[in-house]
Amino acid sequence: MTATTAPVKMQPKDFASDQEVRWCPGCGDYAILKAVQKVLADIGASRENTVFVSGIGCSSRFPYYVSTYGFHTVHGRAPAVATGVKLANPALDVWVMTGDGDGLSIGGNHMLHVLRRNVDLQIVLFNNEIYGLTKGQYSPTSRQGTVSPTSPLGSLERPLSAATFALGAGGRFVARGIDTQQGPLVEVLKRAHAHRGASFVEVFQNCLVFNDGVFDEFTEKAVAEERQLHVEHGKPLLFGKNRQQGLRLDPAALALEVVTLGQDGVTMEDIVVHDETNRALAGMLAALEPPGPVALGVLYCAPVQDFTTAVFNQPAKGSGDIVALLKQGKTWTV
Amino acid sequence: MSPSSVVPGAAKSAALPDVRERAVVRFAGDSGDGMQITGSRFTMETALAGSDLATFPDFPAEIRAPVGTTFGVSAFQIHFGSAEVATAGDELDVLVAMNPAALTTNIKDLRPGGTVIVDTGAFTERNLLKAGYAANPLENGSLSEFRVLPIDIGKLTEAAVAGLGLTSKQTARSRNMWALGLVLWMYGRDRQVTTDWLLKKFSDEPAIANANVAVLNAGHAFGETAELSGELRPVSIGAAPAERGTYRTVSGTEAIAWGLVAGLKAAGLERMVFAGYPITPASPVLQVLTGLRAHGVVTFQAEDEIAAICAAIGASFAGSLGVTSSSGPGIALKTEAMGLAIATELPLIIVDSQRAGPSTGLPTKTEQSDLFQAVLGRNGDAPLAVISASTPSDCFDVAIEAVRLATKYMTPVFLLTDGYLANAAEPWKIPDPASLPTFPVQFRTDPEGFQPFLRNPATLARVWARPGTPGLEHRIGGIERSATSGNISYDPDNHATMTELRAAKIAGIAADIPEQEVSQGEDRGELAVVGWGSTFGPIHMAVQRARAEGRRVSHIHLRYISPFPRNLGDLLKRFDRVIVPEMNNGQLVMLLRAAYLVPAERFSQVNGKPFKVSTVLDAIRERTSGNGKGGAA
Repeated sequence: MTATTAPVKMQPKDFASDQEVRWCPGCGDYAILKAVQKVLADIGASRENTVFVSGIGCSSRFPYYVSTYGFHTVHGRAPAVATGVKLANPALDVWVMTGDGDGLSIGGNHMLHVLRRNVDLQIVLFNNEIYGLTKGQYSPTSRQGTVSPTSPLGSLERPLSAATFALGAGGRFVARGIDTQQGPLVEVLKRAHAHRGASFVEVFQNCLVFNDGVFDEFTEKAVAEERQLHVEHGKPLLFGKNRQQGLRLDPAALALEVVTLGQDGVTMEDIVVHDETNRALAGMLAALEPPGPVALGVLYCAPVQDFTTAVFNQPAKGSGDIVALLKQGKTWTV
Repeated sequence: MSPSSVVPGAAKSAALPDVRERAVVRFAGDSGDGMQITGSRFTMETALAGSDLATFPDFPAEIRAPVGTTFGVSAFQIHFGSAEVATAGDELDVLVAMNPAALTTNIKDLRPGGTVIVDTGAFTERNLLKAGYAANPLENGSLSEFRVLPIDIGKLTEAAVAGLGLTSKQTARSRNMWALGLVLWMYGRDRQVTTDWLLKKFSDEPAIANANVAVLNAGHAFGETAELSGELRPVSIGAAPAERGTYRTVSGTEAIAWGLVAGLKAAGLERMVFAGYPITPASPVLQVLTGLRAHGVVTFQAEDEIAAICAAIGASFAGSLGVTSSSGPGIALKTEAMGLAIATELPLIIVDSQRAGPSTGLPTKTEQSDLFQAVLGRNGDAPLAVISASTPSDCFDVAIEAVRLATKYMTPVFLLTDGYLANAAEPWKIPDPASLPTFPVQFRTDPEGFQPFLRNPATLARVWARPGTPGLEHRIGGIERSATSGNISYDPDNHATMTELRAAKIAGIAADIPEQEVSQGEDRGELAVVGWGSTFGPIHMAVQRARAEGRRVSHIHLRYISPFPRNLGDLLKRFDRVIVPEMNNGQLVMLLRAAYLVPAERFSQVNGKPFKVSTVLDAIRERTSGNGKGGAA
């Protein structure tokens, strides 16, 4: 592997390609692109050793806009292609950019298995709860009742929770961010990069053409403090104005409940302290939804050996001599 | 052990072995009777004795179908001789039937006067009923045209293992070794290698190892002491003439796997990523390669067929040789991703071990019906290279050629084999490593003037630029790209240019492959028999016999199907008639007619089995005059 030779610190703009970005003006994807370019600069990524792999959809145009290596592949299959890239060269730093349709519908099986295998990738799932590039059909994360060209009377299907899915698939790093919250999003992406193994980041991304405002109930400024729980390892799960609200474990129901400090005798002692290595807690956090708070940040991070390390740690048998290979077993001479 | 050393020691057996040029033996029994192992061991002993041979393992899709049923019968056929052996044989000289179901499903292939060895212990009323026999065929004279050797193999096996501590189930499972011992004796074959193999295989269970050896010896001793005196004469089939060298037996599966490794070395590539998903009959290729990490092979058992090809494509993008392998239904699933590899112009090898279809079809039976799928089966105009292997040992050379074409032309290459080739084995002269080709890959490293779709003007192949190379960062994808910059382009004229470029690149391979040779006969005449793939053996033998009858017939066998060899059209037009035997409903014949406007005739067989020599020979006779003067028959 060639080490990076950049003499000066790279800037986010150094990770922009020469291609004109073709997302709709105002799309949340611009914000995610900006965050990723900042992350690449901040972590000192080298362009030549970084690869972006994507499937199909608005989010999957991402690789064209980054000045690294990039591969825009087949709908839903980016995790499989990225796995092949890592098997060929585990030293490459590989990102998978996907969406709710690409990653959870047509590519759901690959997402399941790439997480289970724990392939060392950063997987960024742009969740806009809609099929954007095909003009607005409901997606597997669309809420019930979503009116769309293929569900004019409202969608009937119950939505999939991306983070819950990732935890269920055995993902060892599951986090969330919001497109427009650059600070926290950059931090979450850096954590994802630092985690060795499959790192799954769900980004709530606004599609202003086909699903505008779908996350407003927790992303709008007016409700942000009440509806956003930014979790931090080792810190109590507090939110709300002046951080007066928190989460307490109801041992009888085995569930998290929203409580207010100072009410009904609730003190800091009652508030659950976030432990990002606790999968059960991560599952409960992932399941929170409005009108309660939505959990953001690193919900779960519990590293285990990644796939390609395990693959290449297995001992190779034999010498690699082709003659020995062809002559193994019984031979005879004429 | 040579036959002459057997006979003097035999108390009552016939004095001298019957010397023959060739024989065809089939072992048939329940799926759980170990017929495949029996056949493989007999093959090894035959190969070590120097005879030429071809095998045909034929087994059901069910792993253990209900005992005694006709659909649970598993068989292994071997044709061996002191002269050239090119097929597994049309009809049997010896049939070993371990139960009534094996008898009823296989007896039709035994030649009149042939020998059938039956385990009478398995001919119970219940088993007869399951096999559909109203009366016991051993007793009602229905087998009178054959030489029947009724032996209670079960009972003799029990006697051989008495006191060795085997359960009755373990005893029953070693019956196959008794049958093997007897047939090894019949052909004067050694059994040391099988003995060693048994001792090694059951090294953790010495009781079972010793019992199996005892059973093997008992079967052999039974023949030697000739309790069937007069009925059972040993047959001697000598060594076949062969070039000097070191030999082994090889199956198509092994040859494909090893050929890919040889190709990897020839290309000078560090790594092959071989990604597959379990499917019959292709999984053994993945299994063979899994042990070859020391040779630069990384195998990946993907979650599905699509992931397998996508991982292979990702590996090729990253600078390894990406290979995927499957059979018909799995290949169908990979189709979309093949288009990506074509569009992004990445090297990729797709090995298709064809089986009978459509849909699940007959998973364990052979067919050649994926030809259209390989050549044509994609969305858009999506050309790629298609080559095929004709014999188990040919699989080695074809796999190397697949690597050469894939890396030189930056293209997916379809390598067609089939269920018969995958499982069949034959003797193979191990190649001298110095004789293997080399075609080192040149990765692009120079950033000066780099564009991802810069082409070699001679081959039209684009540059291969690996991630990790400074200054060559680029983006590729399935969206149409500018012929000059490689950037996304929706320009209509550019799409036309790119479509033509992709077609021209594949068509240009014709200049880089040998002209089509005539494998047997003249380059003109009354009839050309054109084949591809595993039909080589039966066509070869049929043409040989027809020519011996004075017929003006030639055999042309294709390795390259996309593109066709550059002289193929001219060659075919020099024959009055062209017939194309295929194990499909007429696919190559349609491609030939479309490409060259020749009146090629379809000759199909889709029964899941290889052609018989006689079937092809009859077809030749019907279409040729016997006097060597031409004209219709």
